[in-house]
Amino acid sequence: MTPALQISDLSVSLGGNAILSRINAEIGAGEFIGIFGPNGAGKTTLVRCIIGTLAPSRGSIQVLGLPPRQAARQIGYMPQGHGGFDITALSARALVEAACDGDAWGVPWTSKAARQEVDRVLEVTEAARYAHRPFSVLSGGERQRVMLAQALLGSPRILVLDEPLASLDPKNQGLLIECVARVQTSTPTTVLFVAHDMNPLMNVMDRVMYLAGGGAALGKLDEVITSECLTKLYGADIEVVRTQNRVFVVSAEGGVTESECAHHDHD
Amino acid sequence: MISTLANYLGYEFVQNALIAGTLSAILGAIVGYFVIIRNSGFAAHALAHIGFAGAAGAALVGLSPLAGMLILTAGSGVLMGQAGDKVNRSDMAIGMVLSMALGLGTLFLKLYSGYAGQAKSILFGEIFGVSSGQIVMMAGLSVVSLGGLAIFSRRLLFASIQPRLAEARGISLSEMSTGFMLVLAISVTLASQIVGILLVFTLVIAPAGIAVRLFRTFWKGIGASVGLGVIVVWIGILLDCVTGYPATFWITALFFVIYILAEGWCRFVMRQGHS
Repeated sequence: MTPALQISDLSVSLGGNAILSRINAEIGAGEFIGIFGPNGAGKTTLVRCIIGTLAPSRGSIQVLGLPPRQAARQIGYMPQGHGGFDITALSARALVEAACDGDAWGVPWTSKAARQEVDRVLEVTEAARYAHRPFSVLSGGERQRVMLAQALLGSPRILVLDEPLASLDPKNQGLLIECVARVQTSTPTTVLFVAHDMNPLMNVMDRVMYLAGGGAALGKLDEVITSECLTKLYGADIEVVRTQNRVFVVSAEGGVTESECAHHDHD
Repeated sequence: MISTLANYLGYEFVQNALIAGTLSAILGAIVGYFVIIRNSGFAAHALAHIGFAGAAGAALVGLSPLAGMLILTAGSGVLMGQAGDKVNRSDMAIGMVLSMALGLGTLFLKLYSGYAGQAKSILFGEIFGVSSGQIVMMAGLSVVSLGGLAIFSRRLLFASIQPRLAEARGISLSEMSTGFMLVLAISVTLASQIVGILLVFTLVIAPAGIAVRLFRTFWKGIGASVGLGVIVVWIGILLDCVTGYPATFWITALFFVIYILAEGWCRFVMRQGHS
């Protein structure tokens, strides 16, 4: 069976800085992968390579056995952040409608089939109730479920979600993760879920990918999120602390969170 | 008053003003909707001023101001589109180009003596000076730019509100930007024939800006924008006939009042809790 994602010897440099170097990974169809790492480790860079908007400097990525560009319709993508709607009264539904067949030519008529598809995805993410309201007045949690609905248009086989939990409270994080997990199990969908904190995703992830120091480690949580593995990846002493089913990555110098570790790295 | 109005409607220059006003209001309202959702109001403003240099320079080489303006705005529009999203939304880059264009316009005016009267009409518009020949040209340009927009408006809408998603779907943001800036250049040129370069904003920004604040779907927004633009331009022209105060004043004043009312309405609705 063709893997959902095949990353071979992938290197990416941006403006002369090596962001990712010689990454290899194979992700099977239907897997739920959590992608973590400190700020600047290249999570979004990797995402951009997967969705085909950034060409690798070396190596290759294959999505469902195809170059990313050709697999674009099989990828549902949820970008990081969403702003700029503050002055418009455009409804959440109007945004999703614009994205439905948004790459077609002609005027933006919404066909009956498209309307039904929009209804469907809004139902899946439980956003139908407020989709008629202007996007600009929705809460952060509501907006994220609209953006997730948008990523589900056309039932893609791979979902690429770039930090969808950012600035959500624990309750809304839970709701969003539940939605994604439901989609993943009801239709066989591969999920690549970029996040900063791995704890909310503990129960849904099949495997984790941890990016640091230009490299990547992919495997079961217990194999990757260990002091040895992350120390090797960071090239600095890292300690993994576990308490009551929760995991924290700290630098061995003590008390430093993972993003601050990365800061040390760049110094 | 009714009979005075009926009397005025019989004049060809009033009829021409109404036709030209309608054309530029429709084009401005539709293109303006995209200007608002793309957040590129300053680029629209700059294009109009670049047109000033074109119009002033045209006289030097024996072209009509309309042609000169069109050539320069279209050229700069394409360049701005090519330069990409970052430049398009960079106040700094646009500001530099804008002031250079105004400087050039001043130079051209100086070189072409006896041009002061025409400069005033370029800057403030001459709504009752539109000839039948100009109307044909305006109609042609409107059809071309709206036709062009119709071809790629779906992609443009998607790229405007969700640029990163659109990019992931294989839409080239710089192509969209270039195509749109070209359409914008044409509509800015047309609008300036009616209200003048300084007030292009009125036709391109005001109706669409108000419609975007009030309507939740694309088509209702476009419809409201067009309706509002055309009605206000008509009222402005007719008020000019009756009162003798310039149509440009009436049009801007009406839009301003409607904008204040719309803002007030939005805030009122917000406070009521949104439903």
